Amino acid sequence: MRRTVGALLRKELLVELRTLESVPGMSLFAVTTFVVFHFALNRNSVDGDLASGILWVTLLFAAILGINRLFVADAEEGGFDGFLLAPVDRSAMLVAKVLTLLAYLVVLEIVAVPAFALLLLGPSLAGAMPGLLVTLALGDLGVAVIGTLVAALAVQTRARDLLGPLLALPLLVPIVIGGARATSPLLALSHPTGAPARWLLTLGLYDLVFGLIAYALFDFLLED
Amino acid sequence: MYGKGLRALSIATVAAMALALALVFFYAPLEAEQGFLQKIFYLHVPLAIVALCGFVLGGLLAIQHLRTREARWDMRSYVAIHMSLIFAVATLITGSIWAKGSWGHWWVWSEPTLVSFLIVFLLYATYQPLRFAIEDPERQSRYASVFAVTAGAFVPLNFIAVRLSTAYLHPRVLGSTSNLPGPMALTFVVSLAAMALLFATLCKYELTAKHTRAQVRALRRRLTGETGAPLRQRSAAPSLQPTAASAGSATGSGA
Amino acid sequence: MAALEVEGLARHYGEREALSDVSLSLEAARTLVVFGPNGAGKTTLLRVLATLLRPHAGAVRVLGSSLPDDAWAVRGRIGLLAHEPLLYRELTARENLRFHARLHDVAEERVEEVLEAVAISARASEPLRNLSRGMVQRVAVARAVLHDPELLLLDEPYANLDPAAIELVEPLIGAASGRTRVVCSHDPGGGLAEADLVLGLRAGRTVLLRDAAAVQPGEIAELYR
Repeated sequence: MRRTVGALLRKELLVELRTLESVPGMSLFAVTTFVVFHFALNRNSVDGDLASGILWVTLLFAAILGINRLFVADAEEGGFDGFLLAPVDRSAMLVAKVLTLLAYLVVLEIVAVPAFALLLLGPSLAGAMPGLLVTLALGDLGVAVIGTLVAALAVQTRARDLLGPLLALPLLVPIVIGGARATSPLLALSHPTGAPARWLLTLGLYDLVFGLIAYALFDFLLED
Repeated sequence: MYGKGLRALSIATVAAMALALALVFFYAPLEAEQGFLQKIFYLHVPLAIVALCGFVLGGLLAIQHLRTREARWDMRSYVAIHMSLIFAVATLITGSIWAKGSWGHWWVWSEPTLVSFLIVFLLYATYQPLRFAIEDPERQSRYASVFAVTAGAFVPLNFIAVRLSTAYLHPRVLGSTSNLPGPMALTFVVSLAAMALLFATLCKYELTAKHTRAQVRALRRRLTGETGAPLRQRSAAPSLQPTAASAGSATGSGA
Repeated sequence: MAALEVEGLARHYGEREALSDVSLSLEAARTLVVFGPNGAGKTTLLRVLATLLRPHAGAVRVLGSSLPDDAWAVRGRIGLLAHEPLLYRELTARENLRFHARLHDVAEERVEEVLEAVAISARASEPLRNLSRGMVQRVAVARAVLHDPELLLLDEPYANLDPAAIELVEPLIGAASGRTRVVCSHDPGGGLAEADLVLGLRAGRTVLLRDAAAVQPGEIAELYR
């Protein structure tokens, strides 16, 4: 299993490094969206609820770009068949794709969060960093799991660019709720506090449940 | 054989609906604050409960489909979700009317049940497009079942998450049956039972119609060959493959 | 024991029958050549034998394991050369083969060995999208035999290959490879020459199943009429 996941992960990163189709696009999209928010809201700085909402919605939509592309090369170039012919555990594909998407999201946030702090955020991020990192990590895990499941579901359909986001967004609403609620006190202008444990727990449980669901169902999406 | 019991079920449903309506209008007392408008509660809440249970039921039937690979489970799952979607539209409409009457707005974000219901509805609204976008019928069934299981598990999770996120701005007197006065509780329970019966009857009608149509097609193909019935068009509804044997037995059973 | 035993195999896509009631048996190290016009079910048959499609009816035993229940036991012992190369266009030939070598738990030296065998070593460090279709087909041949499979499933293996390249891949996927082979072909002459057993399909049904020695070339041409 570990050998297979390693092989798949290596292949994913090689393809992404060579084509640069997903990560740069996602990052650029996020930065551009912050600029759009600046004009749309006509505000130079945001804080609290609004800041947290903008950050999460932007990250979510940027993630959707990556989710839409996640399986395209495998579906179009016969990578699925090549994988299915090998005597390996099929769940390795799920694990490798979740890790791939997770890596994309981490790089996205390394670009997007500083850009957000620079362009839009009122209060300083310095004190909020530990809480924000934990919240983002839990949110990313959920987005990666749900995104992988949905991407695998949508990639074999005729309208995959449309169905992927339509399927993913409602399923990701609880992540946005948990992420945005946990982040907003961190970004408050006066008396910023830590991320409420209740929301972190909600995120963690949601990740866990969907991890199990994806593990149980993913094999059915591969066979024919 | 699929029509068996349909008449008895239909009669029971009509009787239960009549009883429920009679109780709603002549037995249940007027609610002190909201007056007559509160009566929509006996329609709205059973609709919502039945729709949500139908979605979860669709997920359970889909698990059965994935385990057995038998097309009939996919058909049942499809009918349950399809019918629940119709009930969900009715829920959203009655909920809006109730919200307008009691709070003055067509939509209130502070009501977590309503908001969660909308999210669940938006998710299930992609069920039919997803099916329609997959051409191979077998893959369509399997992918639809994966969706149905995921979404079925999402229903309760989403309700927990949204409820956590919303402060209770409005008194939730009518949210649960535990604190309803006796006559109201009785009326509610009867309405709920009637709604569940209606759901079951409509599902059975749809299943019977689908099976009958599949058998007619199979018979026609057997009598006239391929030319009699052209290949099925791409469709969001699952297809059944009645074997020659089952098509034959249909002629024997008649009614 | 026969390497392939198929009894009453059927597979449909919705109401369209792709294969119905196909039965055959093939001894190890023999070659079955499948003829038939487009849409006759040749590719479906190959995909069923490759464990990529589940049979809807009938019994299928491949290398002693019955499909679909024991499919896991034969994966890795089958080499499939399909219409698509099953390779990533953005990766080089070497990267693609190394990926498959890791999936099949094959040593890295074997990658260089097969690259050498299909004479692609010189261009093994270029992304596949830069290579011509014939070269990609040679890499696909290398991928199909990378794990030294007992059973080869070949879908028009010589398409896109020039005579020199055909000679090159012959020891790997030809009759001389000593492997059990199922070959889909449109070339009556060449196909018949390498066949031990001939299967003719039309609209998913068997219209010809006989030892190659007893088949006249005219009968094959008749299939396409």
